[in-house]
Amino acid sequence: MLLAKIVGTVVATRKDPRLVSSKLLVVRPVDPRGKGDGHYLVAVDTVDAGVGETVLLVSGSSARMASGLKDCPVDAAIVGIIDTIEMAD
Amino acid sequence: MQLARVIGDVVATRKDEKLIGIKLLVVQPLTPDRREAGQPLVAADAVGAGVGEEVFFVRGKEASFPFHPGEPPVDAGIVGIVDRWDLG
Repeated sequence: MLLAKIVGTVVATRKDPRLVSSKLLVVRPVDPRGKGDGHYLVAVDTVDAGVGETVLLVSGSSARMASGLKDCPVDAAIVGIIDTIEMAD
Repeated sequence: MQLARVIGDVVATRKDEKLIGIKLLVVQPLTPDRREAGQPLVAADAVGAGVGEEVFFVRGKEASFPFHPGEPPVDAGIVGIVDRWDLG
C-alpha cells in the first residue's frame, strides 16, 4: 500500500453505473516523511476521508476488496486514515 | 517477492473493517547488497515482523492470502522474516 495525501475531489456525472455514489478523490502518493513524489491519481474513498488527510491507498485488483467495491471498475481505493507513522530513525 | 527492511509502523484508527487487527509496517525494498531499491511502501504483516528486521514481501492480491478466509484490501504483505541470504 502507499501513503497518500488527499489534494482534491472529482465530480463525474456520466460514469460506469457501478461507480454511482462512490466518492472520488485526487490523491498524491507521499513517502513516510510526507514528501510528494510528483504523480497524482484518482482513488475511491471508502473511509470518509477528506482533503488534507494522509491516507492508506491500496492499488490494483486488491482495491476491489475494499468495503463496497466488489466488482467495481477501480484500481485505487482509500482504505484507512493515517493517525501516526513511526519511523525507525 | 522482494527483499526489504522494516523501517517503521503505521497507525490508522479509522480504516476498512477487514484491516482491523492487521499490523501495518513501512518497508524499504532492498537490493541483495542491501541498498535501497525504490520508494518505501506500507505492507500488511503476516509473520510477526518488527522494525529493523529484514523480510520478504509479496505484492498484489496475493498479499491477502495469509489472512484467508478474510479478504483484507491489501496489495503488499510481509510473508517471511529473513535470517540471512547468501549470494553465489
